[in-house]
Amino acid sequence: MHDSKGFDEHHLLHNLKHYLPAQAPLKDFVHHNTLHEFQDQKFHDGLAMASKMLGYKVYLSLNEYRNLYNAGKINPEILKQTISRIKGPDQVEGYLKKLFQPGHNQQLQKRIGALRAHWKDQYHFDLNGRVHVNVFRILNSYLDQGVALWPFPIHHMTLLEAIRHLEKNSFSGFFRTDRARVLLHDQKTTIKELLKILVGEESLFEQYVFDQQFEHPGWSGLVAVIEEQPQTLLDQRKISLHDLILLELMLEIDTMDHRFGANWKPLAHTLKQRPTALFSDFEKTELDDLYAIWQEAYEWSYYDDVIKGLLTERELPDAKNGISFQAFFCIDDREISLREYIENLDPNCQTFGTPGHFAIDTYYQPQHGKFHTKICPLPVTPKHLICEESDQGKHKKDVHFNKRAHNLFSGWIIAQTVGFWSAFKLFINVFKPSISPASASSFRHMDQFSSLTVVNADPKNKIDGLQVGYSVPEMIDRVETVLKSTGLVTNFAPLIYVIGHGASSTNNTHFAAYDCGACSGRPGSVNARVFSIMANHPDVRSGLAARGISIPEKSKFLGGLHDTTCDDFHFYDVEHLSTELQSIHEKNTVVFSRALNLNAKERSRRFDLVNTKRDAADVHKRVRLRSVSLFEPRPEYNHATNTLCVIGRRELTQKLCLDRRSFLNSYDPTIDPEGRYLLGILNAAAPVCGGINLEYYFSRVDNHKLGAGSKLPHNVMGLIGVANGIEGDLRPGLPQQMIEIHDPLRLLIVVEQKPEVVLKTIRLVAATYEWFKHEWIHLVVIDPETGRVFRFLDEKFEPYQTVSSGIASVSDYAAMIESTAENLPVFTLKNQLV
Amino acid sequence: MNLFIALLVLIPLSGFLLSLLIPKKNENAISGVSFGSVGIHFLVSAGFVGVWLFSGMETFNLKEFVIYSTDGYEFFIDLYFDRITAVYLLVGSLLTFLITVYSRYYMHREEGYKRFFNTLLFFYLGYNITIFSGNFETLFLGWEILGVSSFLLIAFYRDRYLPVKNAMKVFSVYRIGDIGLILTMWLSHHLWHENITFLQLNNEVSVSHHLHEHAWIGLFASLLILLAAVAKSAQFPFSFWLPRAMEGPTPSSAIFYSSLSVHIGAFILLRTFPFWEHQPVVRVIVIAIGLVTAVLASFSARVQSSVKAQVAYSSVSQIGIIFIEIACGLEVLALIHFAGNAFLRSYQLLVSPSVVTYLIREQFYNFKPREEIRLSGFRQKMANTLYLMSLKEWGLDSLVFYYLWAPVKRAGNMLGFINQKVALIIFVPLFTTGCVLLIFQDEIPADLRHTLPVVFAFTGLILSLKSFVKRHDVRFSWLLIFQNHLWIALAITFNAEFDYLDMVLYLSGVIFSGIVGFFVLRWLGRRETNMDLNRFQGHSYEYKKPALLFLLSCLGMAGFPITPAFVGEDLIFSHIEVNQVLLLLFVALSFVINGLALIRLYARIFMGPHIKTDHPIAGRST
Repeated sequence: MHDSKGFDEHHLLHNLKHYLPAQAPLKDFVHHNTLHEFQDQKFHDGLAMASKMLGYKVYLSLNEYRNLYNAGKINPEILKQTISRIKGPDQVEGYLKKLFQPGHNQQLQKRIGALRAHWKDQYHFDLNGRVHVNVFRILNSYLDQGVALWPFPIHHMTLLEAIRHLEKNSFSGFFRTDRARVLLHDQKTTIKELLKILVGEESLFEQYVFDQQFEHPGWSGLVAVIEEQPQTLLDQRKISLHDLILLELMLEIDTMDHRFGANWKPLAHTLKQRPTALFSDFEKTELDDLYAIWQEAYEWSYYDDVIKGLLTERELPDAKNGISFQAFFCIDDREISLREYIENLDPNCQTFGTPGHFAIDTYYQPQHGKFHTKICPLPVTPKHLICEESDQGKHKKDVHFNKRAHNLFSGWIIAQTVGFWSAFKLFINVFKPSISPASASSFRHMDQFSSLTVVNADPKNKIDGLQVGYSVPEMIDRVETVLKSTGLVTNFAPLIYVIGHGASSTNNTHFAAYDCGACSGRPGSVNARVFSIMANHPDVRSGLAARGISIPEKSKFLGGLHDTTCDDFHFYDVEHLSTELQSIHEKNTVVFSRALNLNAKERSRRFDLVNTKRDAADVHKRVRLRSVSLFEPRPEYNHATNTLCVIGRRELTQKLCLDRRSFLNSYDPTIDPEGRYLLGILNAAAPVCGGINLEYYFSRVDNHKLGAGSKLPHNVMGLIGVANGIEGDLRPGLPQQMIEIHDPLRLLIVVEQKPEVVLKTIRLVAATYEWFKHEWIHLVVIDPETGRVFRFLDEKFEPYQTVSSGIASVSDYAAMIESTAENLPVFTLKNQLV
Repeated sequence: MNLFIALLVLIPLSGFLLSLLIPKKNENAISGVSFGSVGIHFLVSAGFVGVWLFSGMETFNLKEFVIYSTDGYEFFIDLYFDRITAVYLLVGSLLTFLITVYSRYYMHREEGYKRFFNTLLFFYLGYNITIFSGNFETLFLGWEILGVSSFLLIAFYRDRYLPVKNAMKVFSVYRIGDIGLILTMWLSHHLWHENITFLQLNNEVSVSHHLHEHAWIGLFASLLILLAAVAKSAQFPFSFWLPRAMEGPTPSSAIFYSSLSVHIGAFILLRTFPFWEHQPVVRVIVIAIGLVTAVLASFSARVQSSVKAQVAYSSVSQIGIIFIEIACGLEVLALIHFAGNAFLRSYQLLVSPSVVTYLIREQFYNFKPREEIRLSGFRQKMANTLYLMSLKEWGLDSLVFYYLWAPVKRAGNMLGFINQKVALIIFVPLFTTGCVLLIFQDEIPADLRHTLPVVFAFTGLILSLKSFVKRHDVRFSWLLIFQNHLWIALAITFNAEFDYLDMVLYLSGVIFSGIVGFFVLRWLGRRETNMDLNRFQGHSYEYKKPALLFLLSCLGMAGFPITPAFVGEDLIFSHIEVNQVLLLLFVALSFVINGLALIRLYARIFMGPHIKTDHPIAGRST
């Protein structure tokens, strides 16, 4: 770590940004590893460090692990193997005893905050309480995207300039003492100078600022994110972490001066004992090992069953009469059960999984939209723009969001008129929920009857430097990528569906987290439709044929959207199909709607207040209501059960119950011997699936500090974040209602490919390799030729022997679903599901 | 009809009691009882009001039962029904009914599901007692229940710092309202020489006769009523508490703080209107406060960038207008305005999470880059000043702190010399002497006899001040409050012909709660070393039942209507004469500070982030 003798502002800011939460404003919510800053260390080392430094709880409690053991969720044999692997074979007996000794949970003692705590100890004065109120007020008003009727008076200047300007041009202000005012107006004031006044001793400067900013990680993190990506705010602001720190330090000086006049000294002068340096080394304790052992044993007890399941022989359907239709879905874990039902209802169909942006890397601008929005994975910087053309009117309004209701006189009128309408609306909403302007519906992302500019007519046609639509070679590339990476290169059915997904909810601030992660938290309807239009384009077809993929002319692609909350499908451009294909499509929709009913029924077992035992169509009706109910904090459970990601042929997972816990990415090792497409798949899967998985993991184990807490008291701040009450810090992470049923297991990626090919592939990109090398994701490969299993450990593949004696085979799946709301074990499915 | 009026109070009571008995795990039964009792209540209310509308809208007054009576003093529960009650009843029962249904799903799986519904029903009981009250004593009963249930709901997430801090802040403002009401009762007792019912206030001749004789008492009583109303309805200068109350689950904020609870101040003004109707000064003051609040709060609402604070301030500014309407005698308009405002703000709060979806969409489709508005130097400066003042909520929070609580704290901190030893050596002998003097009071010179009560009451006040600022010894702090009660009792006994039965009534409740609370603290002290009051301890995380028991003891000690001390407190005041200003001041101040010290004790020991760190703890500012 940095030698803290001299203070280096640049180093401080860089380092601090690295550690602060990296969550974007609500509308751009995308999952990421909450502890990304520790990813340069091995998983357990990073966690131990995070816990000691920042006071996070990073595992389940010892009691929870013991309960899991007693419930049979942790296999005794695997527990022994884990001890042996981590501590050595001779330690097994000793550690077995220690693991079950009662008591001794970890005390979450943290280094952060220890230095600044001396203010309170020495002055009996709550500096945070006084300063935070104003800091939060200023930040929220300055960044506000449209809550306030009277916005912050200055928006074109940087935060500091704006405050200077306001202090100068008003009779009121945030500063009350002269010294601080002078510092504020002096353009040359530096962080170092202020720290000299407040702290005094240079070696403590960095620690002081860390302490200060981690008193409100939510706001600081957001400021750092906006500094890096100003475009994440539609109404942009010039803000930087540097300015925030400077401002907060000046407010602290002002507050101390105001309260104590000349009677206070820099913190270091009265410090009796130096607190432990933030980044100093620490001893790993035995307790750290106990947690690591429990966690590993817990994870591998489940993985072992999964691997056993993947290897178990099953009777798979065989499309004797030709393939009826094919369908692409997102790799999302929410699609796995739906695919299973569709395959069961029509054994002649085939389904594939691929990231839900379908290789369409673009911005999208809807009709009437004043901005364009990214609809591909977050790290990608698109060069294209897809525009919507529609004759649909604008969206509906709701008088309850009318800002005039907050004015004095119009409020007076509105209260006495609309007020009674509110009572009526509330009554209707409570007893008969229905979609309203307040809902976020995935189907609104794109008008079903609009047209999209997919094909670029003229390379010079650009908007904001983005090319409108794709050229033919660009289209061929994208279609080829999807087809080859998923292994669909021959045997095309007459209809090939491309189904994106999105979600609908009402009264949900985290709505963006429910949509497709591969589309940057937007529904995948545009992508699915654009892909189909491309793949149906005659020039693209001939281009593909030249690259070895010949699709029969009569085969057509059809875009659609699956709403994962209400389990409904919408299809796009059906009218462009021939009448023959339309009638085939008609037939298929019957299959889909039955599958959707069954899928809703399966999901409903997690919803305590829905009776799963009812008829599927009836349950589906109740499930649909969740997306439009004001009072439903859990419209769906989203990725709450994610644990796995299987990259391989569908045969590997078909007829195996993975209980909606797996991302499924179709991949055929036989047509990709070099691992060329595998690289693309892993480059996306590791950060996307790993990010989702770890955000759930950490939000689950410490919902107070790493999650957002219960969403019930949340208050929307400036449309960019949520806080508790009106005085709280922003709450990044996932609310308790999203993670309560999550089992905190790391992601296991299973790849169907030769170990040497996989090893070579993952080493190619350092960022991807880090995930595996440091074990933030587990990796297992199944050799497609020999069926042998290898586990990636310490940078090499070792053969893996399953411990599990075999997994159950279940014949009555429906009964199984109706019987429990808990996670299901891995088992094979004997009969047809329906 | 009388039966139905009683029933309308009894239904929430039985719903509340029933809900206490259901096991925690049984969500369906808990919400079922809530939903059922509030639903029945709603239906009965609607039916009752319907019949009442068509049968001449008669005003009812029921003297339910006498709790205690001695010569010239009667404490009785009195119920009253007129069109004001009717409107508050319908709005309240409809909203509460909808919110219970709403919360059934919304609160599902939340830690504290049962606690939420218990408190909700408790609140609803207090609301109904308040709106049906026919005299000040009954009103005060409901009022106290509203205060405590509000505290508990704001601090619903009791393991976090801010909810607890803000709950205490709101409670301290409510306490100011309480004192307004208590002194009103005291004054009206001296004004009418009986415990007046609201029905009697409608008797214009009698009112104007009494007011004519004691004009200044009338004025003073009206201002005290106004103080209570202003505190409860978050009017100037107390407006800051309402947005800070938005710490609980959204539906509870919606029903309490933006609609029902906050309109109770307006209710008490409506209810007592006949009393101050003919005092122009009072009417002007009410209008002035309403106007100032309406203007200041509406500016604050305009600059808020957090949704709940925006709704809170909008609601406050509308209540300001309601105050004006009441003072202008526009009762019907005020009632319509109340109903509309309550519905509108509840709904706005309930859909508040949706603003993200809605306004972001609006921004996406309708965004127009803001244009710089150039004003001349001075006008720009004025506009900026107005903006900043509104953003800082006019500094009311620190203003109230500075003028009300800081002096109390400073006074308490001057009492550093009092420790256990001092208490033992000085106060115990002193108290014994006081008791001896009591026996021989006839021998004491008259002058001294008149001074002694004041001295005793002052001693009591000092002890309770000390308790309020105590940082370390918890049990000592508790004993200080206990001693305060003894001193007050001594002072009053000295002061007047005081029936010993009155004293027993007062002290029995205090002593019982005092002993129970003391044992809870001792029990806890044996398990937990280092119990200090410097920071929150959050022990309710581990000790849920002792926490409840201690809360009840605190309420008992504070004269909450769960022990006879409640009646005793009123009795004590009735024994202070109108001209004994100092005695009154000390007793009243003790009463306020005791309440604060007790709730502080409870909050510091049992609420806030847990002191043990073997499980996740919320950060301070979350």
